[in-house]
Amino acid sequence: MVQPLLVEEHPLDGLIRADRMPHIWCPGCGIGIVMRCYAQAIINSGIDIEKHVVVSGIGCSGRVAGYMNIDSYHTTHGRGIPFAVGLKLANPELCVTVFSGDGDLAAIGGNHLIHAARRNIDITVICANNFNYGMTGGQMGPTTPYGALSTTSVYGCPEHPFNLVNLLAAAGANFVSRWTTIHVRQVIDDVLYAFNKPGFSFIEVLAPCPIGFGKSNDLEQGVDETLLYRERCVHEPDTALDKLGIDLREDQPIYVGRFVDREAPAYQPIRLEVEK
Amino acid sequence: MTSSHILTGRYFMNGDHACAEGAIAAGCRFFGGYPITPSTEIAEHLSSRMPQIGGVYIQMEDEMGSMATVLGASAAGARAMTATSGPGFSLMMENIGLAAMMEIPCLVVNVQRGSPSTGLPTLPGQADVMQARWGSHGDYGVVAYAPWSPQEFFDLTVHSFNVADRYRIPVLLLADEVVGHMVERVEIPEADKIPHWGRKRPIGSKKEFKPFEAIDDDLVPPLAHAGEGYRLHFTGLTHDERGYPDMSADTHQVLVSRLVEKINRNPKDLIRTETFHLEGARIVVIAFGSTARSARRAVRVARERGLPVGFLRLISIWPFPEQLIRELAQDVDAFVMAEMNLGQMIREVERHVEQPVLGVNHAGGAMLAPEPILEAIEKVANNGSTSSR
Ligand SMILES: Cc1ncc(C[n+]2csc(CCOP(=O)(O)OP(=O)(O)O)c2C)c(N)n1
Ligand code: SF4
Ligand SMILES: [Mg+2]
Repeated sequence: MVQPLLVEEHPLDGLIRADRMPHIWCPGCGIGIVMRCYAQAIINSGIDIEKHVVVSGIGCSGRVAGYMNIDSYHTTHGRGIPFAVGLKLANPELCVTVFSGDGDLAAIGGNHLIHAARRNIDITVICANNFNYGMTGGQMGPTTPYGALSTTSVYGCPEHPFNLVNLLAAAGANFVSRWTTIHVRQVIDDVLYAFNKPGFSFIEVLAPCPIGFGKSNDLEQGVDETLLYRERCVHEPDTALDKLGIDLREDQPIYVGRFVDREAPAYQPIRLEVEK
Repeated sequence: MTSSHILTGRYFMNGDHACAEGAIAAGCRFFGGYPITPSTEIAEHLSSRMPQIGGVYIQMEDEMGSMATVLGASAAGARAMTATSGPGFSLMMENIGLAAMMEIPCLVVNVQRGSPSTGLPTLPGQADVMQARWGSHGDYGVVAYAPWSPQEFFDLTVHSFNVADRYRIPVLLLADEVVGHMVERVEIPEADKIPHWGRKRPIGSKKEFKPFEAIDDDLVPPLAHAGEGYRLHFTGLTHDERGYPDMSADTHQVLVSRLVEKINRNPKDLIRTETFHLEGARIVVIAFGSTARSARRAVRVARERGLPVGFLRLISIWPFPEQLIRELAQDVDAFVMAEMNLGQMIREVERHVEQPVLGVNHAGGAMLAPEPILEAIEKVANNGSTSSR
């Protein structure tokens, strides 16, 4: 008789809510990989786990707040960033991370995204960009590449997507990087770096969504999109910011790397000395 | 709370400033908002006061963000508020629902202007009262107060924070432009005279703590804050006592019923009214906010003319004091409901009484004067039904 192999312990056990498993994500979905990187960065950070807080908006990516075994707030669609701003300003000791999707952060929450970056508020934002609204079944959104198919762009997406790196750089973020789910080590390193970096940090991670995006764009399996990343990704951090847009039509490169790392002062509420 | 931050003394100040000082006196240390007439003076005043007292003033990019940031600050333990008017109140509805669902305390001030839409930015209205009750989608209990003077704007700001914390709810303070901009005497009490009800806080093991388990009769679960080591999960999804999403009709029924019932069950703390001249009254005039000032005047004049009329002022508009209205209905022949809208609260009165209820209404833009209210009283009195029974 074959004995089942029981894994006694996993280094991330304490950080994932086992009582919430199984998760809702589809086979081949990239979000779990990004969450795993975030969890690893928390462990590596040495910052008291009780001081880490994760905030999400709504979407498949937004479910991360429900699976992390830390203080976690699963808010309304697009409002994760302003909620996180309130947490951070009311208790600056917290290490506040927003984990959400491209639609949540850049469409309905787009205004909050640019303004939090402009203020350079000391929070970290991890954006799982899967080029579509996964949760609602694969509609186009603000990061859907030009011409890509989705359930609401059946003739090809007629809009040009945001170049999120350029957007965040222009808005004033202190740290901006882009990776994909094949860059596990880089994502862990950058999330960790962002925890300790004062000011607003934005890490975009391209993640396969075989069900919402892949199926209609010849990337049926998660691995297909993963292979696409492998073929197309180019690590050229000196590339001009306005050249970093993502175009999947032809053999265009997908630029990855750390693109912004500056030392502008982080937002501080004004404090006056009080005469007693 | 540092008492030196409370400006104990007598002042001549407008309602918006009184609200801001009331917030500071209540221990509010976080304001997130977006300027809008006629509430702007609250933001302006707090932008100068918060830096003096170690608090946070943040001017957000819009009212969705304002509401969300207030909830984040409160979740981290701060007493937090925002202030707005109709157009911003509409945008806040989304996260007022989230506050109700996550049971995060906060104060939302709406200094009402003439509405709908952009309406009359600088002029008063009272047409957001039903929006306050039903504005965010779904069922949830609501507490809303309507001050009639700058002094009461101060007092109700303090009370609203207490209610919000005690019941883990967003409390809505529905002032109007008249009360917001009116300048009157405001007395700020000594620090130890300012009532303070704290949040109910968890006791016992952090590991066992369930953030949405209501053990007490009041149906209010204790509130733990981010960073305290509870490994909390809060979601706007339907959730169980652990805060975990649970997509079942049974869990939904239990949760939503509790959100409604925790307000219904505790009327003593929440309902506030004031009555005048009820002795022998056969007609009762009902009003709230600035309209109550005209209504009281009309009732006084009517009394001088020998008419058997009394006055009920609603301080809490939600929960509606239905018990009191039903009691009054046992002895009176008719009601007059005066409000600066085209007939909103009158429906609540009608729901609870069999007597005729005459509305005195105006779409907003100017305070309701005493005269039309007096005319309504006389009209009801002359119907004959009030002379004898
Ligand atoms: C106010 C509001 N509008 C619409 C929705 C429906 N909705 C839920 S998730 C979602 C899109 C999420 O997309 P994204 O942020 O990219 O997350 P993903 O599911 O792709 O990870 C939408 C439109 C909602 N929940 N709330
Ligand atoms: S729909 Fe896409 S993003 Fe959502 S779980 Fe499935 S694969 Fe992941
Ligand atoms: Mg997406």
